[in-house]
Amino acid sequence: MKNLGISLFAIAVLVTVSVGATSAGWSGLLTIVIPYAALAVFLIGFVTRVFRWTKSPVPFRIPATCGQQASLPWIRRNPLDCPSSLAGVIGRMFMEVFLFRSLFRNTEMEIAGQRPVYGSAKWLWFFGLLFHWSLLIIVVRHLRFFLEPIAAWVNTLAAIDGFFEIGSPTLYLTDAALLAGLTFLFFRRAVAPRLRYISLVTDYFALLLIMGVATTGLLMRHFFPADLLAVKNLALGWVTFAPTIPKGVGPVFSIHLLFVCALLAWFPFSKLMHMGGVFLSPTRNLANDNRMNRHVNPWNAPVKVHTYEEYEDEFRDKMKLAGLPLEKE
Amino acid sequence: MAAAKIPKPEELIALRYEPPETPWMETPTVFRPGTWSYTGTPKSLATLGLPNSRAWQPTDEDWKLPENWKQIILEGMAERLEKYRSFRLFMDICVRCGACADKCHFYIGSGDPKNMPVLRAELLRSVYRRYFTQSGKRLGRLVGARDLTIDVLKEWFYYFYQCTECRRCSVFCPYGIDQAEITMMGRELLNLVGCNINWVTEPMANCFRTGNHLGIQPGGVKDMLEFLADDVADRTGVKVDVPLNRKGAEILVVVPSGDYFADPGTYTCMGYLMLLHEIGLDFTFSTYASEGGNFGLFTSHEMIKRLNAKIYAEAKRLGVKWILGGECGHMWRVINQYMDTMNGPADFLEEPVSPITGTRFDNSRSTKMVHIAEFTADLIRNGKLKLDPSRNDAYRVTFHDSCNPARAMGLFEEPRYIINNVCNHFHEMAEDTIREKTLCCGSGAGLGNEENEEMRMRGGMPRAMAVKQVKEKYGVNRLACMCAIDRAALTALMDYWVPGVAVVGVHELLANALVMKGEKERTTDLRGEPLGGMAVDEAL
Ligand code: HEM
Ligand code: SF4
Ligand code: SF4
Repeated sequence: MKNLGISLFAIAVLVTVSVGATSAGWSGLLTIVIPYAALAVFLIGFVTRVFRWTKSPVPFRIPATCGQQASLPWIRRNPLDCPSSLAGVIGRMFMEVFLFRSLFRNTEMEIAGQRPVYGSAKWLWFFGLLFHWSLLIIVVRHLRFFLEPIAAWVNTLAAIDGFFEIGSPTLYLTDAALLAGLTFLFFRRAVAPRLRYISLVTDYFALLLIMGVATTGLLMRHFFPADLLAVKNLALGWVTFAPTIPKGVGPVFSIHLLFVCALLAWFPFSKLMHMGGVFLSPTRNLANDNRMNRHVNPWNAPVKVHTYEEYEDEFRDKMKLAGLPLEKE
Repeated sequence: MAAAKIPKPEELIALRYEPPETPWMETPTVFRPGTWSYTGTPKSLATLGLPNSRAWQPTDEDWKLPENWKQIILEGMAERLEKYRSFRLFMDICVRCGACADKCHFYIGSGDPKNMPVLRAELLRSVYRRYFTQSGKRLGRLVGARDLTIDVLKEWFYYFYQCTECRRCSVFCPYGIDQAEITMMGRELLNLVGCNINWVTEPMANCFRTGNHLGIQPGGVKDMLEFLADDVADRTGVKVDVPLNRKGAEILVVVPSGDYFADPGTYTCMGYLMLLHEIGLDFTFSTYASEGGNFGLFTSHEMIKRLNAKIYAEAKRLGVKWILGGECGHMWRVINQYMDTMNGPADFLEEPVSPITGTRFDNSRSTKMVHIAEFTADLIRNGKLKLDPSRNDAYRVTFHDSCNPARAMGLFEEPRYIINNVCNHFHEMAEDTIREKTLCCGSGAGLGNEENEEMRMRGGMPRAMAVKQVKEKYGVNRLACMCAIDRAALTALMDYWVPGVAVVGVHELLANALVMKGEKERTTDLRGEPLGGMAVDEAL
């Protein structure tokens, strides 16, 4: 629980900073300097991290094979879970990135009747997927602040998202889904003893911070409306590199913005980098064509081996006695 | 030192999965008898030229490490982070979602949270954060970083030699984080300061000198194989050849030494001899390459390469066209993932073609080594073998997918095809315990030693319980597998958890059913037990 406490404290600090800065009249810092700085850290950090990964080579071809290999033509193979071609790898990666294929395999083990049984456990997969897809759609919906005129497909997406027209302004389905996903992930981590045991401060912090972003967003939409025109002007100012300090966008917006900036700036240093890493994982993004095509290791170097000559030299007499053929009599 | 007494099965299965009160970083490592392996002897280390050879055991207070051990480890880490993308990436991207946590057989069998793959990785990751990331350097414990201390090193030793590198966790991880890769890195680092186990170093030292794990010299290999040929003659009346080191043979056959050295592997080896004789294959064994297994896999990538080199070298010297490999698990991980990259290209060999059926083994066109299950499945498919499955009617068979052919190769259907053609009673174990989700025997990666017996029985428990279930349901009395370590390990495991189930190789089953030209009337199976339905009646 200590780890959870520390993350809550960190969130509180962020709120205080935001409120403090607003009331001290440092709006420029909050709406211009910090956002640019956060974005710069994010972009540079993200690229650097990915670059550092790609700098380390993949010396061996080590795909984890989760299905039948390609062998004899009449044996039915599994091209997605054990791809042997580029197309198969793309298919496998698509399933991983967009559908969380591996997580879908999840089971939960318990001892029942003196033996382990493996129950289906798709909840993590379901809520994890719900959370990520909602997040993606919400991020895309935010494009309406940055584009003028707003691209038609962004509006269409928003219209679909608000399809059920619950409440006024309409509740976006993804908002609800995001919170549902986050709540599940959070309680799972905070309550399940095993998860709590492995969780670091940063694991709680990631969830709380995203929850903070989502909550302040919902508060603005449904309870403390922000001046949307001012927000849009601010956003357009950012993208045209001519930002102006908005007047009176409200304290909730300030908190929302600072949370987002914190998320961006922290992202490259955190486990959230799994977003980039998932594409590079050698157990997933390599074809199992190991015996078909040679894989080259850039640092392959000679090693000390025991040659046949050395072997025969040591055992020549015994080999002769056993009637085994020799190179040198 | 006598092996520790291990608890009874009923005691062992009384498991609790609640984590301890203290956070894992503050929970000390206890080297409990029965759960760790003796250390590598100076003699083996000297043969291999491995560093810091000395007499010590992990229960000693002083591990007699080099003065600058910390520097050696950290430099070793830095080097490996540059050399292996897998290492760097897997250190960075785990989200601690816990999907892998209850997938490890050692966690299931021990309840020790540090046997959850995610925590096993954190043991190393915490040190990585402390010395190789900005946030870890500045914020320390707050971001899950910790100093490298002697206690941390001891913890690594205990838990990295409590992982069989089976890759089951990797199958379930959304990013494919493979604890086997991390354990391999951990063991490489431990080896830099001379912390290794004898069950790995001694076979390696033997293998390096004599070509096989058991240190059998050329004449011994010949005697053993000929002894098995005599047994074949005794059971079948057919005299089979044992060609050795023969230049000009078409195919070099490489098998794990366990197959000709000890029961029950010997029956599988008899199976190979019968099959190869029956189809009239032009082949040879080798005393120099008298081992397909490679315990380098449990030590370091360098050792893999050093021990594997002999296979291509011998194929070249003998002038064969291609190589056929026997039933072994980790041997095939090495062949499939490393051999060609490390010691290839094998451009002096030809693309494998079965001389009997004409089938081209396109899937091994570069490595030029074919798995005997692929080879035999092709023979059966083309009607080249006369089989009488009723000779296996005394057997009710289930099949254990060995971790390496399963998750580092994808060899699932070939052995099943063979078994279905040579047995009338085949029953799969539960879905979650076979194929890519197969559960380890608990004794792989060099852990199959006597002093580690309690941990082996714990680690093997999930596999054993799945066997027990099919035993109760279908009267299964034979556990088939394609791995030399399994044949030894599962035998002990069955004796402990599921008495009455014997372990057999796939080619042992095949050979029982194989109708040979000129054979006498077969009254017994390869083990000398009478043919017929008796055993089944007993089991039911
Ligand atoms: C290519 C894009 C991404 C993929 C494929 C992906 C995939 C996953 C998967 C499979 C999990 C584990 C299951 C779960 O807990 O939901 C996960 C966890 C998580 N992801 Fe992502 N993710 C991506 C991008 C992102 C982004 C952009 C963020 C946030 C800004 C994010 C935040 C998180 C968080 C906070 C967790 C941990 C949940 C927990 O603590 O239990 N992910 N991700
Ligand atoms: S499944 Fe993968 S991401 Fe999840 S805790 Fe395990 S190693 Fe980490
Ligand atoms: S590789 Fe196997 S033994 Fe090692 S942590 Fe993963 S599941 Fe456990």
